[in-house]
Order: sequence, then C-alpha cells, then structure tokens
Amino acid sequence: MGVKQRSKSLHSRADKLSTGFYQLNVLNGKELVDDKFERFTSKIEQLGHKELRPDKVEIFQINIGKLCNQTCAHCHVDAGPDRKEENMNRAHLEKCLEIIREYDIPKVDITGGAPEMNPNFRWFVEECANDGRLVMNRCNLTIIMANKKYHDLPEFFAKNKVQVISSLPYFTKSRTDGQRGDGVFEDSIKALQKLNEVGYGKEGTGLILDLVYNPSGAFLPASQVSLEKEFKNQLERRYQIVFNSLYAITNLPISRFLEYLLESDNYESYMQSLVDAYNPSTVDGLMCRNTISVSWDGYIYDCDFNQMLDLKVAAPVQHIDDFDMEKLNDRAIVLNQHCYGCTAGAGSSCGGEISNT
Amino acid sequence: MAVKNYFDPENLKKFGNITEFQEEMGKKFFEYYNTVFEEGALTQREKSLIALAVAHTVQCPYCIDAYSKGCLEKGADEEQMMEAVHVAAAIRSGASLVNGVQMMNHVKDISM
Repeated sequence: MGVKQRSKSLHSRADKLSTGFYQLNVLNGKELVDDKFERFTSKIEQLGHKELRPDKVEIFQINIGKLCNQTCAHCHVDAGPDRKEENMNRAHLEKCLEIIREYDIPKVDITGGAPEMNPNFRWFVEECANDGRLVMNRCNLTIIMANKKYHDLPEFFAKNKVQVISSLPYFTKSRTDGQRGDGVFEDSIKALQKLNEVGYGKEGTGLILDLVYNPSGAFLPASQVSLEKEFKNQLERRYQIVFNSLYAITNLPISRFLEYLLESDNYESYMQSLVDAYNPSTVDGLMCRNTISVSWDGYIYDCDFNQMLDLKVAAPVQHIDDFDMEKLNDRAIVLNQHCYGCTAGAGSSCGGEISNT
Repeated sequence: MAVKNYFDPENLKKFGNITEFQEEMGKKFFEYYNTVFEEGALTQREKSLIALAVAHTVQCPYCIDAYSKGCLEKGADEEQMMEAVHVAAAIRSGASLVNGVQMMNHVKDISM
C-alpha cells in the first residue's frame, strides 16, 4: 500500500534542531530548560576513567546516506525522501573498502537512511562480501516493497549472506505506524515474509534476520529477553514470521526524537529517566569502544549519534582520506549528555542491550 | 504548609520517603514490593498489566500513572492495557451484579 510520511525532515523545515549545535545547547541546558542533570563525563570520572578510550575496531559502520522512503517520528538521522543530497559517493566507498581491507576489520555495518537507495549500495555490499567481511545492513523493511527495483533485495541479501537488521517497533499496526508512518506495518510484514521465503530467520540457513525494537514514545525499552520472546510468539502466531534475535534499543534524545520530546513536554522527565537508570556496568561494552562511524561525506565519528550531532572524533585525523588507525586508537571518545541513552538500564547499542546486570 | 491539592503527581517520586515515619515496616514493604514485581511464574509485563487493572479498581491515580508508563516500559501496548482495564471493570461490575442474586432472593422471600 506504500508509506504515508509522518512529517518532513527538520532539515527541509529549516528547523533549528536540524543543527548539532542547537541540539547540544538543549542537552547542555543552555536552551529551554535549566541545567539540572549531572554531566555524563563526571559519571565516567567516578568510575575511575579520566577519559573513555577505544578498544580494537571490530565494526566499521558507514552511514551511507540520509535518503529514506520513510520519515519516522523518532529518527536520529533526520532522514527522509527529501534528503537527496547526502549520499556517499563511489570514491568515498572505495576508500572505505581500502581501509576495511588494510586493517582487516571483520564487520561492516551499513546504515542510513535507507542504505539500499544509494546507487552504489549493491556494488559495495558485493565487494565486502566477496572479501569475506560480514555485512550488516540496517534495512527499514518497507524499502523492499517500495518499488519494483527493490523487490529482489531479499535474494540479493541472501546471495551475499548479509545480516539483515530491521526496525519493527511493535507487532501491531498502531504502534508501528504511529512511529514510522501509515502503511509501514503492512509493508513491513510483507517484507518480513519475503525475507523468510528466501530462508532468512530460519534454522540451518545461516541467513540472519534480527529485529530492532525501540519504544514508540518517551519511555525506556523493556528487557530484551522478554521482548524477544513476546515478539517471536506474536509474529509467528499472527503472521507466521520467524526471526533470529531482537535488539532492544533506547531512543537517544537527539534530532527528531528530541523534537518530539520538546514538543510533547516530555524532555525533562525523559532525561531524568535516562539519568536515573544510569548503569555503570554498561560502560565497558559501549559500542563507541569497538566501532568507527563514518558519515556519507567521509568524516569519522565515535558513533552514529555523535555523527548526527556533528561531534567528530577527537583525533588528528577526522576524514577517511587521512585515515590512520594508530592515531585514531590514541583518542578519547567524545562524550556528551546524550550518552546517558546508551548507559540507561541494561544499556543500548546498535546490537541492543549491553549488560545483564 | 497547607495542602492545596489532594493529588500531586510529584508525590509519586517521594513514595520512598514513607520510611521516614516508620523505617522498618517501610523497608520491609519495599523489599516485598520489589520481589513481587520480579520476573517469576508471571512475566514482568503480565504483572504490570495486573497492577494497572488493580490500580483502576482501587482508583489510585499514583498507581495509574506509574503503571501506565510501567506497562509500556515492559513492552505492553495500548490494546493490552485497555483490555486489562476492561477486566478490572468487568469484575467490578460483575461483583455488583452477582449481588443482584442476593437482592432477588430477598425480594422473592418477602413477596407473594
């Protein structure tokens, strides 16, 4: 049935929240609300870390572009159909490949936007897969149904053994469409069934289909184990859909989710929930410690969230053209108030929960 | 300071302060409370839905606030939550109506 957009991007509305600078001002209490939340950096200092340092890079995450067929209400990338300019070009992707090969980085995590809309997507995936890398693709599902040219994506993914990681906020239409746009649930279910048809999520195929749950509102996610069990039961019972794992991810207070929090007057209480739920045992497993995040224009960040706030790595090299692993490994990870989102409760990363304590 | 409102949502954040006037019992209550809501034979989500239904029955606005958010945080959705409230309402109305039998018995006892 196609997707009806919920809104336009902050960027196209020329909203001040489209800039990292303004978002950081909000997060640091310089706009709208008083500064009342303890600095995240002081929480890290209390653990005995003068600064947070990275470990070995295991995941090379590329935000390949902001173009998307959806305009989800919570999108931290501010992606949408109107973001036509910000897409990684072939030269930058070739440079990424060179780095991945040179430093033998085992996992390539491709995100967007809808990554499949980048014209270089299939070539890049094939290059990585042929080189023996595990390709993780963050697929919004509806792209598979959006246009005839994407209908064969399940077969393409299967051929290249791509790990498909897809957002599905809930197993009902109201909560899914409420967050992602009218028609998203119906198309997502059809896409999941197509992925199942080629073997994704099924035992013995080696084709991994993981789902991502993130709350449709100003509240924290439930336990990953409990949600996974519920999603598996409900999706199989209602739609005969199977999948491998479910990642429970916390919404970070940036970009369009920050806009929602401010407009619905939930910002302070949500930040308070994140701060109250701070769990120091998550710090060792934070994704910024084993991931490098690269933007569509080739800049390097500690994570996808820092990328959206335009907080580049604190290193002498900040662009893939000057990539130097030694110099990058010798950096302190850039922290700010949004980091509370990754340390709340059981913690949150692109791979879901971090800690079970 | 005189109390201006009978219900102040801010009081919910101070629930833990009840130990101020009776520490031992308060501590024992919270220990019991926390144990009850741990994952057990019932999931935390199921317990939260029961709590939401009971909150409507005892008409406690603090409990309704707490478990409206609590149910969402445990992965329940609006449909499940409203069904839980209907369960509370059905039992509550049923409890009135079943006593109608008592009324009918009594009426029949004293009628020709």
